[in-house]
Amino acid sequence: MKKLKSFKYAAAAAVSMMASATIATAQIRVVATTPDLASIAREVGGNKVSVVALAKPVEDPHFVDAKPSHIVTLNRADVLIEGGAELELGWLPPLLESARNSKIASGAPGRVVASAGIRMLDVPTSFDRSKGDIHSLGNPHFLVDPDNAKIVAKNIADHFAAVDPKNAATYRANLARFTNAVDVKTIQWVRALAPYKGAKVVTYHKDFVYFARQFGLAIIGELEPKPGIAPSPAHLASVIGAMKSQGGKVLLVQPYQNRRTAETVARQTGAKVLDMPQQPGARAGTDTYIGMMDNLVNTLAAGLK
Amino acid sequence: MIKRGLLCLCAFVATIPVAAQTPQKKDSTAKADSAAADSIALIKQLEKELGAPNADTTSTTSQSPRATGGYMNIGFVSLVDAGWTSADDIDALQPGDHDPKARGFTLPNTEITFDGNVDPYFKGFANIVYKIDKDGESAVELEEAYLQTTSLPYNLQLKAGQFVTEFGRQNPQHPHSWAFVDQPLVLNRMFGPDGLRSQGLRVSWLAPTPFYTEAMVTIANSTGETAWSFLSPESESIHGASVAERKVKAVGDLLIAPRLATSFDLTETQTLVLGASGAFGPNNSGPSNRTRVFGIDGYWKWKRAAAQAGFPFLSLQAEALSRSYEADDRTPLPGDDVVPPGEVLKDRGAYGQLLWGIKPRIVAGLRADWVKADAALSSGENRTTRSRISPNFTWYPTEFSKFRVQYNYDDRKELGVDHSLWFQFEFLLGAHAAHRF
Repeated sequence: MKKLKSFKYAAAAAVSMMASATIATAQIRVVATTPDLASIAREVGGNKVSVVALAKPVEDPHFVDAKPSHIVTLNRADVLIEGGAELELGWLPPLLESARNSKIASGAPGRVVASAGIRMLDVPTSFDRSKGDIHSLGNPHFLVDPDNAKIVAKNIADHFAAVDPKNAATYRANLARFTNAVDVKTIQWVRALAPYKGAKVVTYHKDFVYFARQFGLAIIGELEPKPGIAPSPAHLASVIGAMKSQGGKVLLVQPYQNRRTAETVARQTGAKVLDMPQQPGARAGTDTYIGMMDNLVNTLAAGLK
Repeated sequence: MIKRGLLCLCAFVATIPVAAQTPQKKDSTAKADSAAADSIALIKQLEKELGAPNADTTSTTSQSPRATGGYMNIGFVSLVDAGWTSADDIDALQPGDHDPKARGFTLPNTEITFDGNVDPYFKGFANIVYKIDKDGESAVELEEAYLQTTSLPYNLQLKAGQFVTEFGRQNPQHPHSWAFVDQPLVLNRMFGPDGLRSQGLRVSWLAPTPFYTEAMVTIANSTGETAWSFLSPESESIHGASVAERKVKAVGDLLIAPRLATSFDLTETQTLVLGASGAFGPNNSGPSNRTRVFGIDGYWKWKRAAAQAGFPFLSLQAEALSRSYEADDRTPLPGDDVVPPGEVLKDRGAYGQLLWGIKPRIVAGLRADWVKADAALSSGENRTTRSRISPNFTWYPTEFSKFRVQYNYDDRKELGVDHSLWFQFEFLLGAHAAHRF
């Protein structure tokens, strides 16, 4: 009897394993270049998709190593979500070349260009590298504006539906839920930052321009003299001067930026350095897009108090 | 003339109109709220057949020629070397074709690179190298020109044309992505001043393993200076006899180069790549002699999780090669009466290089080089035993420029010790292909 029971358990376990394997194989395999895109993909895809991000939450998305393990991940992907504004230009092309996966080739239903339909800022009128590492399609740090997150979510949902039509209704429902959640949160975020409208902030890199536009902040300078160019003493001196004369109170930095440089400027100006990671998961409790945005808004509001 | 032609080509390409935007998937789902999956599939099918309009909702992303793929990316890379050495025979001291070649200045490598999608099935690459030799003469070489498949089934990929052979780590790399100013001695010994490259076909297969494993084999011509250990017209420096004329009669007379590479992420911040390569083909020391080259390579890299512009990092790269060069039935050089005996010439060597990315844009490097030839009854001059230690320091103002300074301590045994100090400056223009890991 005992034997029979254990056999039953074993059989049940085997069946459940097979069932979960079936579910696993039925899921569409989604690869996102960055964790913020991955988070939105999870919201839209729900349990119909499995999502991995190539860049780690604290990793500089401009400088991800084109590791061979990423080739394997891309080789097996059904969908690839890329930012679309050349943020990944330094590492994604050789990975795709080696991955030889036509499902995620440019123009395929499995290739999501997240930025499609977004009104890009800082679009250069000429391509000149003496102006620093500018992206020809505009500033790629657009996801910290929740309006853009909704556009990205819609792009993702469209492609999920194209790749996996039988679950299209689910993706659309998830999209609606995510969009509503972002709308509700946006009202809260705008309210939370409303008292600081026009507040003068300094960033390390030009990575908060969309956030500043959405929430009415005034960016009075960057520690980098030009995008991607290391801060020079002369430039820092001019930023310090601007902060003193205009009253800049906070410096926004991300985990992969030189916090010590920011601290030096902060000491000179009495400003606060605020850790404002733009990727979900970079800080505990911020695993989702909304969690990440909550953290940005709360950190900034507390810093500007 | 060639230069002028290329300039015209560049100008022409610059005027190529912006490529049509890739058709985006239409927002069919909005209309299909209550539709069954079949009807959505049908709509998608129709979109495919009729061409779907852009899925745009508010305002389009501003497009540029580069972003929409102006049919072809063009890049230009130039290396300028300068320095001094205690050796008078600089050609022998710095045998690589892209090494510094003179007391004073050398332009060892200026590349024009082209790449782009040929059509939905192929990508195309070309790399044309200009260099100015120590006498001030310009030379041009078609280093690479090949197409590569994009969508073969079963994880296969084909490459065809003229290309650097995928043997080990550094041989397929172009000089501007080297971590040192000169070619490792062992690669020079086995593959000559320009490395191993030829005209041929390469098949690659990405294995369905949970970790990266790629198997590839190159079948290529075994003739020419860049098939150094094979049917190179300069092989006298290896075997020390007259170069035998050998015709290609069977597949066995071609160069066959298999390679197996695998990689593991040891931790979130550490990656290891291991490879084993071979190169087999005929040599022209006699009518039926063959050469076998074997190599193993390893690369380990640590990069801090929250690295700033990719720094700090630590990496170790090492390669070891051995060559077995049959030299039977040799014909003495003109004026030489002694018939060289039949024997197998055995050479081996290795290098290891450690790079420390100290802080953003600053890298310190240390390389140890060693080559050894087993004693032979008779052989050419290119079989000496020597070693070299090279510390260096590189500053990258951006990804598009670099300054490097390198000291070489060369020990050429019979010839004694030499000291060299080399500087290198590099700049990049236009599209720059991202580097592989």
